[in-house]
Amino acid sequence: MDYIRYIEKTHEYYRSLGYDKTYNYAYNEDIPFVPLNKPLSKCRVTLVTTASFLLLGEEGLPLEEPRMIGTNEMEVFTTPSDWPADRILSTSEDHDRYQTDMTDVNAYFPITRMQEFLKEGVFGSLSRNYYRALPNYSHRKTTEVDGTEILRQCREDNVDVALLTPV
Amino acid sequence: MSLVARVLEAGGIPTVTYTNARDIAASAGNPRQIFLNYPLGNPAGRPHDPENQRMVLRAGLKLLENAERPGIIIDLPYTWSDSPDWMEKFMTNEQPFISEDAEARRQKLLQKAREQKARQIH
Repeated sequence: MDYIRYIEKTHEYYRSLGYDKTYNYAYNEDIPFVPLNKPLSKCRVTLVTTASFLLLGEEGLPLEEPRMIGTNEMEVFTTPSDWPADRILSTSEDHDRYQTDMTDVNAYFPITRMQEFLKEGVFGSLSRNYYRALPNYSHRKTTEVDGTEILRQCREDNVDVALLTPV
Repeated sequence: MSLVARVLEAGGIPTVTYTNARDIAASAGNPRQIFLNYPLGNPAGRPHDPENQRMVLRAGLKLLENAERPGIIIDLPYTWSDSPDWMEKFMTNEQPFISEDAEARRQKLLQKAREQKARQIH
């Protein structure tokens, strides 16, 4: 199957723009793993994304400021799982803008599809909130700060399973 | 994002990650990956195609139910377009990754963050 090798491509691209340092992608040989130990229809499910977007009020105005990597101490934000898809506005700069325009939230943050699966009994329940983490240049921070905070909040809400959608 | 998946998994919460960048998630040691060969920005399916989105999500749920070892990658059979053009043109001079507008917005936010930080220090 043919697909883009992003690690190689990114290095080439930034080198061609004159940067001598390029993004250092995470590399791990050991992989943590825990099997699913109950049916999904009994599980409480959450969604985690790195998509950048703003929640909109009923009048269609943003309820929050745009955020950017490297400018916030804690970079975990929440979205209520019953939030309507039409009140989410993408602020992504990290997609292929020649191919796709981020106008359908469900292509990168499947909030409506999750609500459908809940109604159909595929899931037992949805977590109170979904999580947004900004992509970060620091692997240590992603793991020790943001990831750890998401885990803490998931435990507090008795989450059983997490679906993740990086953008 | 795979690093967050790893933290959750190590903390006892099974995860599945839907990606458009197979190599990045694989390199990071992602516990379970559903790879969808669409342009960046569509990890959960084709825009405005709920049926496709449901099939993509379902594939991840099946992997959650069936995986017995870490690091499994499922390559979904869906294609974005009949032509591989989009893959060839991505991140080229013809189609730069970040637009000038986006770069200007980024610089503005960075400046604002620096000012906030400076205020906090004083």
